[in-house]
Amino acid sequence: MRQSLGLCSPGMGAPKCFILPRTFLHPAARLSSGIGCCLLVGLFFADCSGSRGQSGLSDPQVGSPQHSKQLRLENPASSLTEHQQILHALNRLGYGPRPGDVTRVQQMGLATWITGQLHPDTIPDDAVVLLLRGYPTLGQSTSDLLKKFPNNPQPKPNDSAMGPAQNQPPQEVPPERRPFRIIQELQAARITRAVMSERQLEEVMVDFWLNHFNVYAHKDLVRWTLTSYERDAIRPHALGRFKDLLLSTARHPAMLFYLDNWLSVSAAPGKAGQSSGLNENYARELMELHTLGVDGGYTEDDVREVARCFTGWTIDRPRETGQYLFRLNQHDRGEKRVLGTVIPAGGGESDGLRVLDLLARHPATARFIATKLARRFVRDDPSPAVVERAAAAFSRTDGDIRATLEAIITSADFMSAGAYRAKIKTPLEYVVSAVRVLGGQVSTSGTASDGAFQLTRTIAGLGQPLYEAQPPTGYPDTATAWVNPSALLRRMTFALSLVPNRVPGVWINLPQQLTGVDRRRSEQVLARLLSVVLSDEVTPKTQDILVHVLSDPKINHAMEDDQGLVNTDAETLAALVIGSPEFQRR
Amino acid sequence: MSCSRRTFLTFGALTLLALSRVPPFLTRTAFAQENTARRKTLIVIFQRGAVDGLSLLVPHGERAYYEQRKTIAIRPPQSGNADTAVDLDGFFGFHPALAPLKPLWDARRLAVVHACGSPHPTRSHFDAQDYMESGTPGEKNTADGWLARALEVSPPVQVNPLRAVAFTTTVPRSLQGRMDAVTVSNLADFDVKGGSPLPGSGIEAQPGFEHLYEQGIHDLLYDAGREAFDAMKLLKARNLQASPPANGAEYPRGRFGDTLRQIAQLIKADVGVEIAFTECGGWDTHVRQGNERGQLAARLTEFALALGALDRDLGDRIGDVAVLTMSEFGRRVQENGNGGTDHGHGTAMMVLGGTVRGGRVVGRWPGLAKEQLFDGRDLQVTTDFRQLFTEVAVRHLKLAPGIQLFPKLSVKADMYPGVMQS
Repeated sequence: MRQSLGLCSPGMGAPKCFILPRTFLHPAARLSSGIGCCLLVGLFFADCSGSRGQSGLSDPQVGSPQHSKQLRLENPASSLTEHQQILHALNRLGYGPRPGDVTRVQQMGLATWITGQLHPDTIPDDAVVLLLRGYPTLGQSTSDLLKKFPNNPQPKPNDSAMGPAQNQPPQEVPPERRPFRIIQELQAARITRAVMSERQLEEVMVDFWLNHFNVYAHKDLVRWTLTSYERDAIRPHALGRFKDLLLSTARHPAMLFYLDNWLSVSAAPGKAGQSSGLNENYARELMELHTLGVDGGYTEDDVREVARCFTGWTIDRPRETGQYLFRLNQHDRGEKRVLGTVIPAGGGESDGLRVLDLLARHPATARFIATKLARRFVRDDPSPAVVERAAAAFSRTDGDIRATLEAIITSADFMSAGAYRAKIKTPLEYVVSAVRVLGGQVSTSGTASDGAFQLTRTIAGLGQPLYEAQPPTGYPDTATAWVNPSALLRRMTFALSLVPNRVPGVWINLPQQLTGVDRRRSEQVLARLLSVVLSDEVTPKTQDILVHVLSDPKINHAMEDDQGLVNTDAETLAALVIGSPEFQRR
Repeated sequence: MSCSRRTFLTFGALTLLALSRVPPFLTRTAFAQENTARRKTLIVIFQRGAVDGLSLLVPHGERAYYEQRKTIAIRPPQSGNADTAVDLDGFFGFHPALAPLKPLWDARRLAVVHACGSPHPTRSHFDAQDYMESGTPGEKNTADGWLARALEVSPPVQVNPLRAVAFTTTVPRSLQGRMDAVTVSNLADFDVKGGSPLPGSGIEAQPGFEHLYEQGIHDLLYDAGREAFDAMKLLKARNLQASPPANGAEYPRGRFGDTLRQIAQLIKADVGVEIAFTECGGWDTHVRQGNERGQLAARLTEFALALGALDRDLGDRIGDVAVLTMSEFGRRVQENGNGGTDHGHGTAMMVLGGTVRGGRVVGRWPGLAKEQLFDGRDLQVTTDFRQLFTEVAVRHLKLAPGIQLFPKLSVKADMYPGVMQS
């Protein structure tokens, strides 16, 4: 059945490696012909392979943007082959390769590809823009969302005041009008972008910063503000300046709600004995998690003083506009002393700005951010050398995130054997990389059959529900956090449902990946799968075990397709490779 | 950190090593045969987010408590009024939401340690949780957790993949170490599902996956894979789905109740669980904490109903079980301007089980007058959590007396707070 839906997929089956001038085949033009067809069945798939034609990968004009500075990647000491280096970059600076990516990066040159990724604005991403049309809330303002998705409490079933009416079922709010819809679309959009976007590094960095400046979707009114938080506070600065990111999060209602600062007001001096209105939650996490790190040298007194500086940073009519507002009458106007710096009395809103500036420039912040980035991009326990290098770049450039990343990517550590496949994929990375590696397509219809909705649930089941990390630390970024027996079994189960197209709304065209392979010859099928999924980077033991599987008499089963009746069970074989230890790593 | 958990190659008892790393095909036959011996189980519940001990166990005999909490204090016990504290000893009372636990208190299976916590003054959730789970306040480089060390000092009777089970998405710090813990989110999911698209043809995936992780390499990933298949087989052999709660126990809806229900299933099925770990959140009540009713009351209700159901479900098996609740610190005595409480110091921890000296509030009460407070703001800690944890683990799991679970503190029997029968 899904095959017939697949017909709607524009450009399906088109050669993947076409290199076409951008003007020749604009994705919008090409996809629009497919949309009408797809609307008929309430689904639309974007062609992930065909849209390559416009990608940063294949268009040399795009890949080598106008910035004069070309990345110098030469690492003569690297023991990685060129092939491994490309694979490594695709796995670390993105969510893993799609079919043909390795070859394409090789053709354009790795340094060119990385330079493009560091400047995402130079990479057209129209196909993703189209796909995201299935999620209209993405473009809406917080006040519009508050109006459109009212938070009407449902009448309680045992409410005696309901009287005789209790036999009537309460008026059901359809799922697409419930506030959770906002989060659902955000989750789906994140996955869609991770799977489909050409701006892979930008997506990785958005993930990084959303996690660094974590907010929890289900606290207070965060749900209605998260769309704007990601769109307006995080994305524009993902590769920009740390200070801008810090300020945009500090002022965003999502953060003001999540860490309670919107309620923090100056202690009323007239009312002795009354409890202070000061709330320290944001002040503490700002220093512990956003900037200095827990060992960054601040004291309990600093926490209180910083909290005083941020009094009055609140939200204007939270249930209507949901906009940041500074209220002077809630602000503590006295003198403060933060990390040894005196902030004179009467500073008003500028107190908080002073604190953010102080923190953004602090050497402990440079080290803390450098450590987290190195952990993300190099290995769980990065060397002091790479942390130092990144911290120095951060300090030198006044917190330029792009420059800090460049320092990491061009370090000897990044392309080292010690970093190669040293990271275990998070659930998000695992699921997305599996869909990508098989050239999968995801429906973004916004309906029940939405493939990205489905993948959201899978990722949540693996322990990483997006936007739903409750503690301010966000999700951990180390292997010990994600490797455990039951989650591993669920990853295998996912692989077994993904490959034979049992994940609704997600479409894998395995036969396409096996083009040219004689499916009656199981060893040929395996060789191709190892090449597609693992780029032939497989340990001899894993190879032996998979070869052994081929001796199972049931490996060939009857299946009617153009290859005839006797066929290798390529689906299960592919699932084994996706579930293998090698594919858990990146 | 990255290589410490399962690659324990250098030290530790060699016999232990040999036992825990028998090739999987051998261990499977081993525990298929026996494993029916009843054994002691310690259930550890981490209330993450810092539970307000002063609302959990209300010092209704303290004037200072009511002075500093104008809107969130729990009213002193009043007979006939269910919206007041449940009196325990004339000075302390349970939060009314904990009323379901009163029968356990009366049956002397439940004790509460007040003013309990860490000697370290940090008010960072992350640090305090880390210190409490590693058991080394102020020391961040401790490789293993205190429960992992408890497992290590008591070699298993036989190899058992379910010796330590964590109902968490990731292995908690408490159980990281040389002895492995299995994490479970739902026992029913402990399976590899799916397979060939055509029934009756194609290869079976499960043996293939099993072989892929059965290779001789010892690292996080391969070990996790091996444990997964060992545990899966054991669970399948016991057919756990067929055992509903006993004695009419009704667990509250939600993840926490569901988890305790599954822990009871494992205990009743005699799969050899020695340590079960789980956690529950929602205790970080900075804003609108509520009093007899409200946000915190709702969390405590779920908490109490789940514990009560566990006790009922286990029936006489509660004699083999001890439940320990913990939280990283307590909350400030003075309420804040948002009807909530900021991070504090001492809190209350509970111990439930058949071998508990229950029906008692344990520990020295430091008082709530300004001059009696830690840093002038918070409840002092008069019982170091390590004293409590050592007593519960040593006495309940029958560890060798004098064993040192906490590297920086040697807890001798005369330092035990006295919550367990000796």
